Amino acid sequence: MDQLSRVFAALADPTRRDLLARLSVADATVGQLAAPYDITVQAVSKHVKVLQDAGLISRDGPSHRRPVHLEAEVFDLMTRWIEHYRLQAEDRYRRLDAVLATMDDAGTTNPPRQESA
Amino acid sequence: MIPTTYAVARIEADPTLPIIRITRDFAATPAQLHRAHTDPELFARWVGPRSLQTRIEEWDARTGGCWRYVASREGVEFGFHGTFHEIRPDRIVQTFTFDGDPDGVALETLRFEDLGDGRTRLHAQSLVDSFEGRDAWLRSGMESGINEGYDTLAELMTDGAL
Repeated sequence: MDQLSRVFAALADPTRRDLLARLSVADATVGQLAAPYDITVQAVSKHVKVLQDAGLISRDGPSHRRPVHLEAEVFDLMTRWIEHYRLQAEDRYRRLDAVLATMDDAGTTNPPRQESA
Repeated sequence: MIPTTYAVARIEADPTLPIIRITRDFAATPAQLHRAHTDPELFARWVGPRSLQTRIEEWDARTGGCWRYVASREGVEFGFHGTFHEIRPDRIVQTFTFDGDPDGVALETLRFEDLGDGRTRLHAQSLVDSFEGRDAWLRSGMESGINEGYDTLAELMTDGAL
């Protein structure tokens, strides 16, 4: 898997996005990160590893007692990139919303056009 | 924590395949959403940014039919083409190629999930032929002001920071 795909996969999970948001405020240990959640420290530790493999966070050594640090430069770049793509899709779908709003029930009364054989 | 509505577009990338999925809810029936994707006049009204004019050149929205449209802005044209692999009321499968990258082809699957009460969830999936292709495809949308971001990213990768 390439780097961007790892970042995509890492950001796809709401818990991991939340972890990143908290790390953007301050470094924290895995134990501190796990405290507000109903999930185990081990589960949070797995999320942290995914984020670390994606290059989004770093830690000075393998010990869980070491604080986790957000790699802000990588994070900003990747999220901007992905968010830009998402916003383009959202813009397109808002235009589609507007088109759909102009349609009456034709969509249901007129089935999609069938080519005559 | 899993969202149950998609009032705004949600995007995710498959970690094991070069796929991007977008999910979005619409206040419309599956039939209306289907029509907005298959009627060329309606499609041209929403597919491109407002700054681009969309001109449909070929449009045969049935299984096995082909399509081609050109987006233009101030004389600069971008052409796209593909075929409708399969068209069903709740599902459209089509290929997608940008003329500027004729070897690249994405397989797009659109699924219209009826949520009832005149609401429909669109599941749009795009499969490209490599992770590099997916990255290139994502970058292609980054024309304004973000390219420097990619340059920075390339530098980070070159530097081994990533």
